[in-house]
Amino acid sequence: MTISSRRGWSEELIGAWRQRDLTAILAGRDIKLRYRQTALGVIWVVLQPVLVSGVFSFVFGSIAKLPTAGVPYFLFAYSGLVGWNLFANVLSRSSVSLIGNSALVAKIYFPRIILPLSTIVGALLDALVGSTVMLILILASGRPIDILPLLTLPLWIAWTALMAIGVGLLLSGLIVRYRDFNYVLPLMLQLLLFGSPVAYASAAVPQRFHLAYMLNPLAPLIDGVRWSFLGIGQPSGPSLLWSGLLSLIALAVGLETFRRAEARFADVI
Amino acid sequence: MSSRPVVVARGVSKGYVIAHRDSRPSTVKEALSQFLRRGWARTPGSERFDALTDVSFDVQEGETLGIIGANGAGKSTLLKILSRIALPDAGTIELRGTVGSLLEVGTGFHPDLTGRENVYLNGAILGMTKREISRRFDEIVAFAEVDRFLDTPVKRYSNGMYVRLAFAVAAHLEPDILIVDEVLAVGDAAFQRKCLGKLDDVSTREGRTVLFVSHNQAAVETLCSRVLLMESGRLTYDGPTKEGLLRYLELLEVDPEAADGEWDLSRRENRHANDRKPLMRWLSTGTGSAPSANLTVGDMAEIIVVIDRLPDCGDPWLGVRLTTEVGQTLATFTTALPPGSCTDPRGTTVRLSLPELSLSPGRYRFDVGVVDVAVNKILDEARSAAVVSVRHASLDDSAYLTRFGDGYVTIPGSWTFTLGDRNRPGAVEASDLGGHVLRQ
Repeated sequence: MTISSRRGWSEELIGAWRQRDLTAILAGRDIKLRYRQTALGVIWVVLQPVLVSGVFSFVFGSIAKLPTAGVPYFLFAYSGLVGWNLFANVLSRSSVSLIGNSALVAKIYFPRIILPLSTIVGALLDALVGSTVMLILILASGRPIDILPLLTLPLWIAWTALMAIGVGLLLSGLIVRYRDFNYVLPLMLQLLLFGSPVAYASAAVPQRFHLAYMLNPLAPLIDGVRWSFLGIGQPSGPSLLWSGLLSLIALAVGLETFRRAEARFADVI
Repeated sequence: MSSRPVVVARGVSKGYVIAHRDSRPSTVKEALSQFLRRGWARTPGSERFDALTDVSFDVQEGETLGIIGANGAGKSTLLKILSRIALPDAGTIELRGTVGSLLEVGTGFHPDLTGRENVYLNGAILGMTKREISRRFDEIVAFAEVDRFLDTPVKRYSNGMYVRLAFAVAAHLEPDILIVDEVLAVGDAAFQRKCLGKLDDVSTREGRTVLFVSHNQAAVETLCSRVLLMESGRLTYDGPTKEGLLRYLELLEVDPEAADGEWDLSRRENRHANDRKPLMRWLSTGTGSAPSANLTVGDMAEIIVVIDRLPDCGDPWLGVRLTTEVGQTLATFTTALPPGSCTDPRGTTVRLSLPELSLSPGRYRFDVGVVDVAVNKILDEARSAAVVSVRHASLDDSAYLTRFGDGYVTIPGSWTFTLGDRNRPGAVEASDLGGHVLRQ
């Protein structure tokens, strides 16, 4: 092995594969630690989206009376949150994964990409729990479950995680140098939450804003998750194409920025 | 031992850009405004600091190589590059085999995880697979002697247990090339010996290559057959350990020209103290009457340290360490400084008197330091602050208890001879062979 002033992609990816156990162990660490020394423990995974859905139901369902194509508002909001939480969790956890482990980055070599990648595992687990609760809620409400849309759920989940990690890689590299993004990110997420069909249906957006609205590449994915659960609001082909294109661009840009920034992580962090 | 080296470093250089007056952008706004003003051109307020300049060396398989040098000489940068944490700006290093680095004990340990969980986490971070860790788990736990506390979060561990577990994981890594930095500065003496023993095993018995950075000269001397000496980012010596250590300690000598037993401690550059200005001003050695760098076996010896007024006062102590010429500690003397040392503007003069100097003839060094014990912080430190020669009072070696052999300590005693069998009549006591009994 040769050490020089450059480190290539192949070395990084081969190294990441060789240390794949580390990805699993880091993900396990994060999952174990998240609810250690909490009284309710893992129940928070369920409780948090339930509470948010409750608030949304009250504000948007009971007060604003937004249309939900005949679905109980609570189910409607919860199904949107499954997709949204996955995106927000992957993005916010991966983007601080480097600075949150600065002692490791400064002291030990391992393929750095393992840190942001390992955050996906925990977020996916949360999404799995969220989906299970969603199915229980649907059954409890007496609605039938459509099997065909439900089979597409893994696709939406994977796609959402992929888009989130693309942006997350980009941000995690940038945050090492510019901590500003630490403050920008929550703001961005908040804006995006209201710019995405979580609390309301895409169909409820007035026609003249529709094109602009569908520029948000996350919107069709959240619609997709909801459609797979409830069979309403199937995302349109063009919006999916657009979203797919942007996801790939985000991933490519994220990976390349990360690789470039990586050479200096230990010096700057 | 193969003749092909396992590490070949050629022309390795690395610099950092250090900014003056915060001219380097660290927020987007600063970066943007700087970019708008002058593009990506190097900011004029910054300066390049060469941490490593053109370093080249080879390491053979199974060799234990020590890397020594003052703080800031580039040792850590070199280790970071060797362990792939940081990349060099120029030059290449060829490594044959797997590399494991142990730059700080316990990095990657999470306080909330249990001992067992941390073994897996730390092992994986250091490059082991789950299966490898499981295979060596019992061995690691046995080495660390923490089996009863495996399922306790490590935040409840004592410092010693924590360090033992961390070292144990790293020591069972089994890389072809092991890089170790300063790990032996922690743990109790027994564990330090165990660590040294393990490192020795790793290199001599298992034939692995060890690169070892330490300020612990005794450890370097014991473990390494060869050392690299770094000075201001350059490699200035590459050869046998003993000469390397001597050269290093000569570099550290505060005032090499001082021969009269008085050392001006304020003249030294801040090589080991923090960024503060030196607090210890003078050090002198002598036999009681006048300062002298020549001390006599069995005679009175004095060490006097003059300290400026201490800036902030918790619980200040003065430590004086007596070491051999190559830096092995022989004895440490400590004393709490009086409360006045923080208030009296004239400062404090501390005198350490040793009524009978029980050293063997040779050269010795004194390290001195002022430590605030309340916060466990070194306020000022001067390594190799004084170098003294210890001699016999008379040049006639035969007049003393010992003439040949080595060792550092003189212990009072006498030789007695009896010609013939002592229990039979007619035996002749020849107790002192004409007064040749040690005068101590």
